[in-house]
Amino acid sequence: MPEKTILDSKQLQKTLNSLVKSIIHDSKKYSNIALVGIQTRGVDIAQRLSVALSQKLGKKIPVGILDITLYRDDLSQVAEQPIIRDTHITFSIDKMDVFLVDDVLFTGRTIRAALSALNDLGRPRVTRLVVLIDRGGRELPIQADYVGKKVVSMPKDNIKVSLKERDGRDGVSVI
Amino acid sequence: MEGMVSVSFKKKDLLSIEDLTKNEISFILDTAASMKKVSTERFIKKVPTLRGRTVINLFMESSTRTRTSFELAAKRLSADVLNISPSTSSITKGESLRDMALNLEAMHPHIFVIRHAMSGAPQLFSQYTNASVVNAGDGAHEHPTQALLDMLTIQEHKGKIKGLNVGIVGDITYSRVARSNIHALRKMGAHVIFVGPATMIPSGIEKLGAKVSHNLDSILSKVDVLMMLRIQQERQDKTNFPNVREYSRYYGLSKARAKLLKQDALIMHPGPINWGVEMAFEIADDPRFVVMEQVTNGVAVRMAVLYLVGTRGEGA
Amino acid sequence: MGWPFVWLFYIWSEHVGRVLNFMDLLIKNATLVDPAEKREGRFDVAIKDGKVAQVASHIKGKADKTIEAKGRLLCPGLIDMHTHLREPGYEGKETIETGCRAAAAGGFTTIACMANTQPVNDNAMITEYILNQARRLNHVTVLPIGAISHGLKGEILADIGDMTHEGCVAISDDGSTIMNAALMRKALEYAKSFNIFVISHAEDASLAGEGDMNEGPLCTLMGLKGIPNASEEIIIARDIFLSELTRCPLHIAHVSTREGVNLIREAKKRGVKVTAEVTPHHLILTEEAVKGYNTNAKMRPPLRSATDVRAVQQGLKEGVIDVIATDHAPHSSADKDVEFSKALNGIVGLETAVPLTYTLVLKKVISLRQWVASLTQKPAKILGLKNKGTLRVGADADFTIIDTKASYTIDSKNFVSKSTNTPFDGWKVHGRVLITAVKGRLIHGT
Repeated sequence: MPEKTILDSKQLQKTLNSLVKSIIHDSKKYSNIALVGIQTRGVDIAQRLSVALSQKLGKKIPVGILDITLYRDDLSQVAEQPIIRDTHITFSIDKMDVFLVDDVLFTGRTIRAALSALNDLGRPRVTRLVVLIDRGGRELPIQADYVGKKVVSMPKDNIKVSLKERDGRDGVSVI
Repeated sequence: MEGMVSVSFKKKDLLSIEDLTKNEISFILDTAASMKKVSTERFIKKVPTLRGRTVINLFMESSTRTRTSFELAAKRLSADVLNISPSTSSITKGESLRDMALNLEAMHPHIFVIRHAMSGAPQLFSQYTNASVVNAGDGAHEHPTQALLDMLTIQEHKGKIKGLNVGIVGDITYSRVARSNIHALRKMGAHVIFVGPATMIPSGIEKLGAKVSHNLDSILSKVDVLMMLRIQQERQDKTNFPNVREYSRYYGLSKARAKLLKQDALIMHPGPINWGVEMAFEIADDPRFVVMEQVTNGVAVRMAVLYLVGTRGEGA
Repeated sequence: MGWPFVWLFYIWSEHVGRVLNFMDLLIKNATLVDPAEKREGRFDVAIKDGKVAQVASHIKGKADKTIEAKGRLLCPGLIDMHTHLREPGYEGKETIETGCRAAAAGGFTTIACMANTQPVNDNAMITEYILNQARRLNHVTVLPIGAISHGLKGEILADIGDMTHEGCVAISDDGSTIMNAALMRKALEYAKSFNIFVISHAEDASLAGEGDMNEGPLCTLMGLKGIPNASEEIIIARDIFLSELTRCPLHIAHVSTREGVNLIREAKKRGVKVTAEVTPHHLILTEEAVKGYNTNAKMRPPLRSATDVRAVQQGLKEGVIDVIATDHAPHSSADKDVEFSKALNGIVGLETAVPLTYTLVLKKVISLRQWVASLTQKPAKILGLKNKGTLRVGADADFTIIDTKASYTIDSKNFVSKSTNTPFDGWKVHGRVLITAVKGRLIHGT
């Protein structure tokens, strides 16, 4: 199966930069931005965004980690039990402008679960969604507010996001 | 650790620690550590994971703490819980265990949590149901979730279980807690020593991999963990020791004995504690006394177990 | 006027019959093993009027029925000294009728049944009832064993004299042990006065208690209560001393321990009148069979360690243990499909004894002759049966024909017994009972 590159290292960085720019552009609407990265690579992306945003906005933008396994609606259908990873949000999300961050937006079910999880953790003022890749194929009426790159894909395609801090290199490809 | 996937837990039932591999135990402990946060780190202590699942607590032997722990665990996972216990159950009307299983099975539950006074009862029960069966204590055989919560507690404090010296004191003969713990500790690589009068140490226990001593004082400075067992006054023949005072004098953890323990040793007890018998009252204030944590970990471990048997893949 | 004529005719027909050899049944070319007669080889056996008429290498003559038994083992009808027929009182598990049919299917022509019925066979009325049921059936020979103590309570003696008079062949409280040594002494002495013997179920009640299985590491692992070997050894020792003291014959039921065998060996050397039996399951299974809480491997005495199994096999080989007896103990699924500690003790054994114990012959633990003797000659001797356990001319024509080469799988669904509580379901075995006959009449097979 040939691996097709969608974004190489340079392009990925550029995409992240443009996401930062878009958020900054809207930043006046949000008084208390907090990023919540969805396990696992959403967390890395949220960290990178946080660094850039904090610098540009001149204040520390907090980052939280969210694992949505316990909120999934398809646990009985998967063959392998997914490993429950850390959820770690040290700040209160009440009245915050929570920006959920994920690497790939596909069916929308992960985001639905994330919204349920956030609901049990507090009551944000608003919730926004930031994704690196939107690959279409939605099963729920969920759309991202900030999209790095739109990609057309078949359901059987595996969109692989690699990040330097986790996988040793930056890039997005289709397998 | 990214990239290192633990083996998942694919069994229908959790009947014993004896049947588990080291990897399965680790996996359950990792899952429990995540579950613990639902109870400790958030205000809304509920996740929708087992929504719509029915959990039946079938407690044929009285127990408030274990049953409450399982009930809370199930409810925190949004499951529906049904409690059946001797005073309300039909066992007292002479219904056999098998008939009970078949009748309850007809109501389509997902998980049975069973405590029974006879060894092997949960295994017998599981033959008559397609639902998952979790053993909450059967006779003198096993109490798997107790051992798992003990492992979690030790792991949290010591970082690891391998290589530790663990002393278990009390009536080993009738103790399912001792049996489950020795299986778990051995699989995780710890060294176990049982302490008690010979009347309380069963035949062939060394074959399970434990050392035996009849002198509590001789082991105190050597152990990293000291587990005191409850004197089972409900079960034994009342002739294993002459009287409670004598037992306490030679095998109880007094304040003086606690001084002989290592500074970072853990003092554990499965509960409920016979204060003044197994332990002196002052031990409750000892910083090494972690019984309350055991209780918290109990809910976490039971949430993990219910989650793992309750969501095992249909495609698995 | 016609008297002399009738008398002459009678003599003439008998003479003719003898010359022409009119037989009821002729068994041809059988591999006969009759340890009592020290006979082993290819023989024809002729049967007339329910008795063995002739045993020879070639018998000529007319027979109403001929059985071709070439290559088949022919032995005296097997005798089981220890069964539980459950009637009166527990007819749901077995009746005298179904028990007899199961015995026949297993090759047994004589069975002795224990007294732990409901009501207990501790008086002549119950003994009479059992014998009447058996008589009406006209099937295998049933020999009742009366209780030692009233109600099996171990307190006062049962109506031993009356029961013997009615037909009991021995007394035993099997299922329980007389814990009071003085009472056991009295029982031995009283039994001797009536020329019967005592069978001891050797189990110290205080040590065995409500134990579930053999005491040891497996028991500890499974969280069950253990029954130590000592509980059997202590009572065997005690009863041997009492037998020695009273000079009364004693028979030890279902020996299961190595030291038990040693005690009996030493006692026999000393000249004590003690005999012993072992069950097929104690010769073959160890406590491992209980793993998984298998209630079909739960009985008293419990299955023991490999050392004990080897010792009872050796005991049988040496003749220290005299007979094989099944301790056939039927139970319904309501009694067995329950929690292990709750399950009743005992397994069925009549229909599986032959193939299971034949394994010992195949494994060369005992010889063919020893095997047959332990199921025929020796139990007959202990029970004092002059015309059974042998195919001597003049003996009752009780016989069993076995195809020792046939192999099959034990299927409890096909059991004739009302109960199926066996740990041997699915076992591949050798030795199929083809024909069982009592007094020349076939009661199993054709």
